[in-house]
Amino acid sequence: MKKTLFDKVWDAHVVNSIENGPQILYIDKHLIHEVTSPQAFQELEERNIPVLRPNQIIATADHNTPTQDQHLPVKDLLSRNQLQKLSENCEKNGITLYELGHKYNGIVHVIAPELGFTQPGITIVCGDSHTSTHGAFGSIAFGIGTSQVAQVFASQCLLLTKPKSLRVTVNGTLKKGVLPKDVILYIISKIGTNAGTGYFCEYAGTVFENMSMEGRMTVCNMSIEMGARGGMIAPDETTFEYIKGKEFAPKGTEFDKKVAYWKTLPSDEDATFDKEYFFDADQIEPMITYGTNPGMGIKISETIPTLDDASFEKSLNYMGFKAGESLLAKPINYVFIGSCTNSRIEDFRIAADFIKGKQKAENVTAWLVPGSKQVEAQIVDEGLQTIFEAAGFELRQPGCSACLAMNDDKIPQNEYCVSTSNRNFEGRQGQGARTILASPLIAAATAIEGKIPDITKYYLN
Amino acid sequence: MEKFTRLTSTAIPLDIENIDTDQIIPSRFLKATDNKGFGDNLFRDWRFQKDGTVNTSFILNNPKYNGTILIAGNNFGCGSSREHAAWALAGYGFKVIVSSFFADIFKENSLNNGLLPVQVSEAFLKELMELVTSSPKTELEINLEAQTISVVNTALTEDFDINSYKKMCLINGYDDIDYLLSNKDKIEAFEAAQTL
Repeated sequence: MKKTLFDKVWDAHVVNSIENGPQILYIDKHLIHEVTSPQAFQELEERNIPVLRPNQIIATADHNTPTQDQHLPVKDLLSRNQLQKLSENCEKNGITLYELGHKYNGIVHVIAPELGFTQPGITIVCGDSHTSTHGAFGSIAFGIGTSQVAQVFASQCLLLTKPKSLRVTVNGTLKKGVLPKDVILYIISKIGTNAGTGYFCEYAGTVFENMSMEGRMTVCNMSIEMGARGGMIAPDETTFEYIKGKEFAPKGTEFDKKVAYWKTLPSDEDATFDKEYFFDADQIEPMITYGTNPGMGIKISETIPTLDDASFEKSLNYMGFKAGESLLAKPINYVFIGSCTNSRIEDFRIAADFIKGKQKAENVTAWLVPGSKQVEAQIVDEGLQTIFEAAGFELRQPGCSACLAMNDDKIPQNEYCVSTSNRNFEGRQGQGARTILASPLIAAATAIEGKIPDITKYYLN
Repeated sequence: MEKFTRLTSTAIPLDIENIDTDQIIPSRFLKATDNKGFGDNLFRDWRFQKDGTVNTSFILNNPKYNGTILIAGNNFGCGSSREHAAWALAGYGFKVIVSSFFADIFKENSLNNGLLPVQVSEAFLKELMELVTSSPKTELEINLEAQTISVVNTALTEDFDINSYKKMCLINGYDDIDYLLSNKDKIEAFEAAQTL
């Protein structure tokens, strides 16, 4: 029987199967944060059930944390209480916590890979839908609800029905100025926001083979935006090289043994998938979204489509856009570069490279929020901070920030924000805020021009 | 978990597609550390204007419509994995959500809270949506044992799918933790057998 990458990892983690029902799947690593864990701890406490494997869990504070003055007590009382609860729960249960200010603190999906906690062939869960990010390493990684967080605490397992398999293949060479974010926005715009529901997705083809780990993480991160619980990319030399030497990565002969195993993971040549899509790299251009779900995306040079549909009209109405119009030169007052999708060092290098020697437009507030303390330190070490500050950008401290606006980093009502995050839902970045999703390059160029840039004039001619 | 077997109720038609969990419960209400009180902020930014006054044009604020069943457009519950969405819907008083398609994580979260997602065909959803919108007193019956959803006193009915294990859990009020812990020996044996 030919197996897919997904089959191989899944099958290696099945503890038991219920007849005509779900399977018990073993979970190797569990990531937790302050927002979706307190009720799970409470549930266990009420039922007098201990956390089974605290050493397989790491915790961070990221969703509900300020991105300024992190050395001071958190001002918002409810937020401070939630963070306090996480610290107490971790301490009580012997769980490693990278709290605010710790040198390893940051967005859960940024820190786990950079610490080498994320590895090929393992199962990873977190009470956060963007857990799909870790699939970039060839792991099965997916978001879960709080009841399931409690289940993993109690048993290190979940009861799941095996999802169907989907493969998205993109071959060819990406044009200059086309980034991994554009690739995934393009795919979602073509197949829709629920094409992946019930499926686990594998990304294959030369475009992903040639991508950096940061790029692969950006792609896998947004798998959930097409409905797929997770996305995966076969581990290869790029993967092994990234992991080597990381804090929790296996060392010496242990590492070699792992690599030998990881090399057996890619899908067998004749493995079949329940659903397949194929795209050509040369069809992909810099992308932006115009609506209120990530599937509502167009090439930056295209016009908004026309569709006779009430939900579509409601969406355009919220955004203040009209069917058939171009978004080029639309004035923009807010730019956000950050989130678990695009807050890794590569993203800031791309932004800095474009910004260097230019000045931010006066109308724009531009927030740069690193994904972790380590990324923040790299930004300083590589001299990018100097470039950003000289150009008038505001470098903040790590966290989820304006991606979901749980903290004070909110976009005001009716304002547009060109954002490198993953969701353009109504109110996602603040009540009444209007989000336009894009790559870090487009976001940087928007901040410089103060309007949606004709990015092709810089790169594609 | 509360048991679920059968329910007869009027319903509220929310004819919008792709309702994400950020709409069901906005992130600024996720700061609580227990799972109580989320119903107050269900669909907060649709139910209320920014100044806090009631948005009378939103269907949940229309006194004509009430009941413990919510009928919603395709791809309900997409986006964030926040279980707070299921807590908010259940906290507001809903027992059943009917749609033609549910996002995976939302579906699991609902089932883990005794809130039943009933997936029907596009055609049946359209029919229900129109019928309930024009006749708010229309009663629906959900029979979990028989896996049927019917319009009371009519021939209009459809079967729905549910995982047999989850059905058993809902009918008996069991949750997954009980089941998983009863398999602890198998889990430990699995761990012991790992060589890599």
